[in-house]
Amino acid sequence: MKNKTLLILILLFFAFCFVVFLKGLKTSNIYIPETTLNKDLAVFASKDFFTGDQISFDEIFVNSEFYILNIWASWCLPCKKEHKFLMQLSKNKSIKLIGLNYKDKRKNAQKFIGKLGNPYSAIFTDEDGTISIKLGAYGIPETYVIDKNRKIIKKIIGPLNKKLLKEVSLIIR
Amino acid sequence: MLASQIGYYSLIIGLFFSILIIPISIINLNNTKIIDIKIFHISFLQLLFVFISFGGLVISFVNSDFSNETVYSNSHTTKPLFYKISGTWGNHEGSLLLWLMILTLFIFLFLIKTKNQPKKYRILTLLFQQTIIIGFFLFVLTTSNPFNYLLPIPNEGLGLNPILQDPALAIHPPILYLGYVGSSIIFSGSLAGLVHGYISREWAKHIKAWILASWIFLTIGIMLGSIWAYYELGWGGFWFWDPVENISLMPWLCLTALLHCILVLEKKESLVSWTVILSIATFTLSMCGTFLVRSGILNSIHTFANDPSRGIFILTFLFILVIMSLVIFFLFSKDENKKNKKTYFLSKEISILINNWFIMYFLSVVLIGTVYPIFLEVLTDEKISIGPPFFNKLIIPFLIIFLIFMSIGPNLHWVKFKALKIKLEFFILFIISILISFLILKSAGSKNLVNSLLISTSFYLLFITIKDFFAKDFFNYSQKLSHFGFSLLVLSILLNSIFSSEVITNLRVGENIVFKNEIIYFDSTEKKDNINYKSIIGNFRIEDNKKNSTYLKPELRVYNQPVTITSEADIKTSLFSDKFLVMNLVKGNDYFNVRYQVKPFMIWIWLSVLIMSTGGILSFYKRKYEK
Amino acid sequence: MKLFNFFLSVIFIFIFTIANSSEKQSELKNKISKNIRCLICQGQSVYDSQSDFAVSVQLMIEQKLEEGLNEDEIYEFLKDLYGQWIVYDPEFNKNTLILWILPILLFLTGGAIIIRKLKIKKL
Repeated sequence: MKNKTLLILILLFFAFCFVVFLKGLKTSNIYIPETTLNKDLAVFASKDFFTGDQISFDEIFVNSEFYILNIWASWCLPCKKEHKFLMQLSKNKSIKLIGLNYKDKRKNAQKFIGKLGNPYSAIFTDEDGTISIKLGAYGIPETYVIDKNRKIIKKIIGPLNKKLLKEVSLIIR
Repeated sequence: MLASQIGYYSLIIGLFFSILIIPISIINLNNTKIIDIKIFHISFLQLLFVFISFGGLVISFVNSDFSNETVYSNSHTTKPLFYKISGTWGNHEGSLLLWLMILTLFIFLFLIKTKNQPKKYRILTLLFQQTIIIGFFLFVLTTSNPFNYLLPIPNEGLGLNPILQDPALAIHPPILYLGYVGSSIIFSGSLAGLVHGYISREWAKHIKAWILASWIFLTIGIMLGSIWAYYELGWGGFWFWDPVENISLMPWLCLTALLHCILVLEKKESLVSWTVILSIATFTLSMCGTFLVRSGILNSIHTFANDPSRGIFILTFLFILVIMSLVIFFLFSKDENKKNKKTYFLSKEISILINNWFIMYFLSVVLIGTVYPIFLEVLTDEKISIGPPFFNKLIIPFLIIFLIFMSIGPNLHWVKFKALKIKLEFFILFIISILISFLILKSAGSKNLVNSLLISTSFYLLFITIKDFFAKDFFNYSQKLSHFGFSLLVLSILLNSIFSSEVITNLRVGENIVFKNEIIYFDSTEKKDNINYKSIIGNFRIEDNKKNSTYLKPELRVYNQPVTITSEADIKTSLFSDKFLVMNLVKGNDYFNVRYQVKPFMIWIWLSVLIMSTGGILSFYKRKYEK
Repeated sequence: MKLFNFFLSVIFIFIFTIANSSEKQSELKNKISKNIRCLICQGQSVYDSQSDFAVSVQLMIEQKLEEGLNEDEIYEFLKDLYGQWIVYDPEFNKNTLILWILPILLFLTGGAIIIRKLKIKKL
């Protein structure tokens, strides 16, 4: 009879494994970490896109209810696609839309915003990509919604679309 | 189009035969003394139609028939013929058809080659194997049909991922599957043996051939995968403890343990239950591996396209097999203790028990390391990564002890513990090993204790196995060869990791860089146009301090379908080291990122695995002698 | 003369340690990179991948090494930003307790079973 209890225990163990694997199948495989909610925006220093001057964190993130930080580049196709949503966002005067130009050539980036329009009230450069890493970014495009206390309230990985734009608009009301 | 149609209907006919054979076999279990000839016929027909189906898929690929969805998703008109053919099994659906073909082939071979075995046992094995075969038929036809129609018919396919267009990768799946399918026969044979009460020395002698064959194929299959990874992926690495690699390693470990057990069982009725458990476990691990790879549950560079519905099917199938095996095991396994009360353990049994003990430990480390993240994520929502540091930390200390056991174990008389005769030669070789390891580490500038222990113990095993070759008895050449191969493998991997060096730098054409005692000259680049890709070839010259030059030509390839950029390393292999050079584009710049590595003893890693396998092949022929 | 020799040797030692340490730094950077997962790739480390993310992270690691952070501090820094998943070496905490202990427990259990079997047989 010891054999029977052993058998039942083993069967239970395998049943447990079965359930775990079944559940594991359903969870998404794309890892989006606790999207840095309520975390402080990392302090960084960078160069202004147009003037090339060193500009400090404090000079940019000041005097606004909300900030939206958007990481983009001229060579990035999804960035082109989301651009019109950024133009829409820029019409909202209560927010400051800031662009971070990622690993780009100045000429190409200027052409990009020249052609599609400049939605940003300020742009800086992240020439080697390390500023984006400091912000915890994965790639581009990526957009952060930041409140006046410089806390990240929403992080959007990937291009903006109608639905996401609506979500952002609700937040910044 | 016709080929695909024929392929599809052949598959259905094959399924029909696979089901038909069951009632006929069950009737035959009890009626006559010999196997009904009809069973042979139907088994052959089953094989034939799967073969035709597979052929249909191959022809569809060769003809670039894009009305077939699988061909469309994985091929392209400009692909070279060889890769059009190998592309047949380079995707999920096609590879399953390959599985099915090998499954039906092996059961047919089993029927033909086991004429001396009890009839009931053979039929039972067939029945168990058919459950696996039918499972695969259903899996293919319901979730992974290689013959889906695509309308309107596209003009061009999506192409095969260029990194899969490689000769080693072309033959890696077939050989690996030969190993997995072999283990399915062992699985079915063990269950059949249990039901029939046939797990005995005769059974062991017969099943040993299948175990050997599976083991040899699995070993070579894994080696081919590593060779491919070395040439194509990463920077000169050949083993990444990637989940898919682990998944092939686990059945291999189980099979190695099983191989050692069967050596005991064929001489003496001992370790019976454990042998059966290992047989069941090996195939279970293969199926578990299939699940993990094809369901998308794990994140790996090797995974096929992810589809949870496939995952659910395989998972359910896998657990049906597991439950079936468990129930049969509990119902039919005989209590060993009651049978052999008075027998004692031989030395060999104890050393094999210890061998199994360690191998099971290594298996548990790999298994737990691979599936733990899944459990953790489901139970706690935490996501962690488990990579090389985990496996190295848990395996290496035990590997050291394992190597020592391998060296002195087979030669010790375990039962007579008190009279330990350690001969002088063992002692001398031990000292020599320690001295050599000390010298090696000194020259590498490393003071790592673990490394020194590992090197000494692997050298010790190496010397012991070499010494054994000169021993007076000519028995066990195959074992000595395989063990020698294993010690060489551990040693080569160790020395390679200690003495590898690399430099990463940015270079423009015409520049050079000094690295250790060599100068790397970036002489020029050339452009080339091929059928399905354009390439930029970098001409590099490595000059050593004796003014000898080695020319390396790494390539950057831009494939047209799908549009991918790959970097092809150029590797110059010599007996004692490999020179490995890769170049990469740096975005928006006129210089290239160049990685140069010197990797000593690389070829010894592959050679030692071949030596291990040769030991297995020798053992095959030894059996023919014994007959 | 002695003073001159003394200064010369000090300078040599200085250069030697810097040369050694810069080589050690690049080795350390590679060692750390092999332990960091490239988050946008499928199962590659930051050392193995050429993606933008991987290249940027490697640069970041270099910067942090120059700032004087040691290996563990760099792992902590990256874990803060990206979660535990980015590091390949699972740390030893209450979540991973079973992970590290279970194989060894199984080993000991196996040993116990073998010894029990031997005792039975020897009787």
